[in-house]
Amino acid sequence: MKFDTPATTNPIDQLKIIGKPTDRIDGPSKTAGTAPYAYERHDIVANPAHGYVVGSAIAKGRIASIDLTDAKAAAGVLAIVTAENAGKLAKGSLNTASLLGGPEIQHYHQAIAVVVAETFEQARSAAELIRVDYIRAEGAYDLAAAKNSAAKPATDEDPPDTAVGDFAGAFATAPVQFDATYTTPDQAHAMMEPHASMAAWDGDRLTVVTSNQMIAWGARDLATTLGLPRDRVRMISPFIGGGFGGKLFVRADVLLAALGARAAGRPVKVALTRPLIFNNTTHRPATIQRIRIGATRDGRITAIGHEGWSGDLPDGKPETAVNQTRLLYAGANRMTATRLAVLDLPEGNAMRAPGEASGMMALEIAVDEMAEKLGLDPIEFRILNDTQVDPEKPERKFSHRPLVECLRMGADRFGWSKRSAQPGRTRDGRWLTGIGAAAAFRNNVVQKSAARVRLDPRGVVTVETDMTDIGTGSYTIIAQTAAEMMGLPLNKVVVRLGDSTFPVSAGSGGQWGANSSTAGVYAACVKLREAVAQKLGFGSADVVFADGEVRSGNRSAPLAKAAGDSGIVAEDTIEFGDLDKKYQQSTFGAHFVEVGVDAATAEVRIRRMLAVCAAGRILNPKSARSQVIGAMTMGAGAALMEDLVIDERSGFFVNHDLAGYEVPVHADIPHQDVIFLDEVDPISSPMKAKGVGELGICGVGAAIANAIYNATGVRVRDYPITLDKLLDRMPAVG
Amino acid sequence: MKPFTYERARSPAEAAAAAARIQGARFIAGGTNLLDLMKLQIETPGYLIDVNGLALDKIETTPEGGMRIGALVRNTDLAADDRVRRDYGLLSRAMLAGASGQLRNKATTAGNLLQRTRCPYFYDTNQPCNKRRPGSGCAALGGFSRQHAVVGASEACIATHPSDMAVAMRALDATVETVRPDGSARSIPIAEFHRLPGDTPHIETALAAGELITAVTLPKPVGGKHIYRKVRDRASYAFALISVAAVIQRDGSGRVALGGVAHKPWRVEAAEPDLPRGAKAASAGLLADATPTRENAFKLLLVERTLGAVLTEARA
Ligand SMILES: Cc1cc2nc3c(=O)[nH]c(=O)nc-3n(C[C@H](O)[C@H](O)[C@H](O)COP(=O)(O)OP(=O)(O)OC[C@H]3O[C@@H](n4cnc5c(N)ncnc54)[C@H](O)[C@@H]3O)c2cc1C
Ligand code: SF4
Repeated sequence: MKFDTPATTNPIDQLKIIGKPTDRIDGPSKTAGTAPYAYERHDIVANPAHGYVVGSAIAKGRIASIDLTDAKAAAGVLAIVTAENAGKLAKGSLNTASLLGGPEIQHYHQAIAVVVAETFEQARSAAELIRVDYIRAEGAYDLAAAKNSAAKPATDEDPPDTAVGDFAGAFATAPVQFDATYTTPDQAHAMMEPHASMAAWDGDRLTVVTSNQMIAWGARDLATTLGLPRDRVRMISPFIGGGFGGKLFVRADVLLAALGARAAGRPVKVALTRPLIFNNTTHRPATIQRIRIGATRDGRITAIGHEGWSGDLPDGKPETAVNQTRLLYAGANRMTATRLAVLDLPEGNAMRAPGEASGMMALEIAVDEMAEKLGLDPIEFRILNDTQVDPEKPERKFSHRPLVECLRMGADRFGWSKRSAQPGRTRDGRWLTGIGAAAAFRNNVVQKSAARVRLDPRGVVTVETDMTDIGTGSYTIIAQTAAEMMGLPLNKVVVRLGDSTFPVSAGSGGQWGANSSTAGVYAACVKLREAVAQKLGFGSADVVFADGEVRSGNRSAPLAKAAGDSGIVAEDTIEFGDLDKKYQQSTFGAHFVEVGVDAATAEVRIRRMLAVCAAGRILNPKSARSQVIGAMTMGAGAALMEDLVIDERSGFFVNHDLAGYEVPVHADIPHQDVIFLDEVDPISSPMKAKGVGELGICGVGAAIANAIYNATGVRVRDYPITLDKLLDRMPAVG
Repeated sequence: MKPFTYERARSPAEAAAAAARIQGARFIAGGTNLLDLMKLQIETPGYLIDVNGLALDKIETTPEGGMRIGALVRNTDLAADDRVRRDYGLLSRAMLAGASGQLRNKATTAGNLLQRTRCPYFYDTNQPCNKRRPGSGCAALGGFSRQHAVVGASEACIATHPSDMAVAMRALDATVETVRPDGSARSIPIAEFHRLPGDTPHIETALAAGELITAVTLPKPVGGKHIYRKVRDRASYAFALISVAAVIQRDGSGRVALGGVAHKPWRVEAAEPDLPRGAKAASAGLLADATPTRENAFKLLLVERTLGAVLTEARA
């Protein structure tokens, strides 16, 4: 199905099942422990041996020699694979560094060997007997130091630079000017389930059970890496214990399970250990961001500029932190620029809302600071500079942009009017309290997505698509979509996901999954409805699917009857035309946060949070809310504690476990509210939905920073905002 | 993890004798620290002596009116004990500020005193660390040292002792009771139990090889207000950046020990007469001769301000 004109009324609009806060259909099995994860799929892969991954002890250089003698002789060892004996390996198109390093080492904890043994303990203990001699090379690990050498990235996606009007001139002559630099640190996905895979060979056919967000990318890149035809690789990943972008790509666990299994002549399972994950896999790169805003005295932006610097391995990608600034606020003269430095740290890549999450952390503080400079309420300043068209290309309208409504509703619900405009004025016992707000913004992306639906003689519809559920609720909204389309209750729909033998879906990334994958299911169901109508000899124009029946005029038949003895199968792909070029599609929101800052210790504790979101039709308010509060929690971590600390001498993330890399715990997140504006966006898809999984993290960090400022009068422009950055400017104790 | 032999000890004296006799033997109590370190090959004992079955899990009143806490009493049980809550509230509060409910259910009195540092370089066997591999150097010096020691550190090691419980024990003048491999018992004042790093950061306590902790005793209650203030980036389940354990009397006199600033729970008795004069005076004495790094210098101000808040709370 081609989607190239705005959606009109369709069966989804009935909202009998779509739009309801249905419990997750996989919830019972998740809570009962019967939803199996990759490392425990012994039903698919019998009797696997265990692989233990060895990471490089240096960040850059070469392996002079590896001595495997003792390790090979250790109890239970079946095989050891290194780059020397792995055979020829290529690199997947989405990997920057090689997944198996050696002799060249590209980053710390790059995998250099996998030891395969009968038991996990044997593999681990043998791994410690491997002796490696390294030749260290100098590397670059400090973004601030490398900033001046940063270059315009070669990319065919987003242009690194944009310019409209005369930014320099307009900024220089603006009556009120603001110019500040912000930094965000490297951050880790820190998902609960580690990267884990099981691999089994049958001749030259490989089956891997893994934990991966993007099955088709994964199967393709694994085949490429191993030099196999694409159709020899089957990838299965039905349950995923969190990804956040860290499982978009094939990582070392998959490749080393496959290589280990080939070497051992037996299935092998590999999980990355927690201390390895932080440096072995990908992370969100640190940024330095300079923001300049010029405005008239009454608060209209005349010039806005955003420059961003980040680093990555050679041939890596930039963190596109400036991109939202192209779209969020009005202003005739504008510029953005993205620069990329070469750093020899582990590979930087996508993490929940790449670009915007970091960019909004900076931009939305800057907007707050500018409002203060102008003597304007920060919400009013944002509203004053709203735009209903793409400010770089005014002929392009937003498909739907209720940012102002989000801000106003949030201000009203949160009690914004009670906020003291003067910072450092509100006290509650030992706490200085403050309120902050920020806009939320994240682009809506649509991706081609396919599904297959099968109606069986019992009247059950089974959906198959390689879409993944990374904890987001994909199973449930896909079931809701099929049920709505076919006029069935939810318990008559079975959803099977995450298998490369299924039709290729959008996958889970860039908050495109929910809208695109359900649109694919919609397309397949439209075909199935036609086939059913035809089979029953009903004219398709007036056919209604409801209550397990198919009706046309005064005729009706049970849906099961149409299935006959052999069932009916339909498959289709939703393909998106150029509506996303003609219109700017984005999701919007407003974050409100109240914090308490301990007057003595400067510890920051969040008191309550509210997000108002406008993201098209909300397919399931319960799972959507979970996505938003999860993202708000992650944003709180980014604002207050998350920081992959670099040892700039040896080039690695030092705090590489969950004791050192702190993410919020329950006690950090006392109260969260989410409001969804009632919205449908017929330009986005037949579902009229948009993404919501990433919107919730965009801007929340700045709302917290602004609340801290409101509480203390201390502006911190370097995340995370830990107490040491506030302490010497706190009021006297006692 | 290296293969190891596991044995259940039958009596404290036998356990101590066995530990001294067998090369590379270690006691295991709750295992919440030791097992983690073994998995990472930081500790590599070839022999584990399980001391859980030695009936060292009682809390008793001593003839002097103090308390004797068995070495194997779980942190959860100790924190919940009525007498502890009434007379040694500091101890209960410190323990509840540490780790998580699940960990405290396993963690023991002795194991808590003996838990090892959380220096991240200690945890990464690729990095030089004098504590893990004597003579290899100290990666934290000149590296990431935000959480490290500001007083009593050496050129060889700037690690901190991570325990909350031990800080309260130090303020309460606890005594560590042991049995030695020859079967004799001894008492070690808590002040002398943990050592400063000096040139031998791998030697952390006054215990001799094989010496087993049997109990910790507390002198009779001293009254006063018991305040334990743990400062940390996240609200729970995090080690202290610094902590202040204080017992403050009505007249403003009192005692105070600090966590997160040194290789041991930090108390300077000579600074305590300054407590009635306020936090600035007292912390000047507590932190005299501090040698912070650029990354942890904030701890000096943090101690002073936190102590200030504690003294204010005590007056209220
Ligand atoms: C995730 C996490 C978070 C934590 N957070 C905190 C925190 O916030 N605050 C805090 O204070 N602690 C914290 N801890 C540490 C925890 O308190 C300790 O791990 C625990 O107290 C150790 O007790 P155990 O009985 O398990 O010791 P074990 O691991 O069994 O033993 C520790 C050491 O003591 C020795 N030992 C044990 N018993 C004896 C004995 N009777 N005589 C002589 N030697 C003995 C062992 O040989 C070993 O060397 C945390 C731990 C974890 C894993
Ligand atoms: S501070 Fe101590 S524990 Fe940390 S690296 Fe240095 S020697 Fe090792």
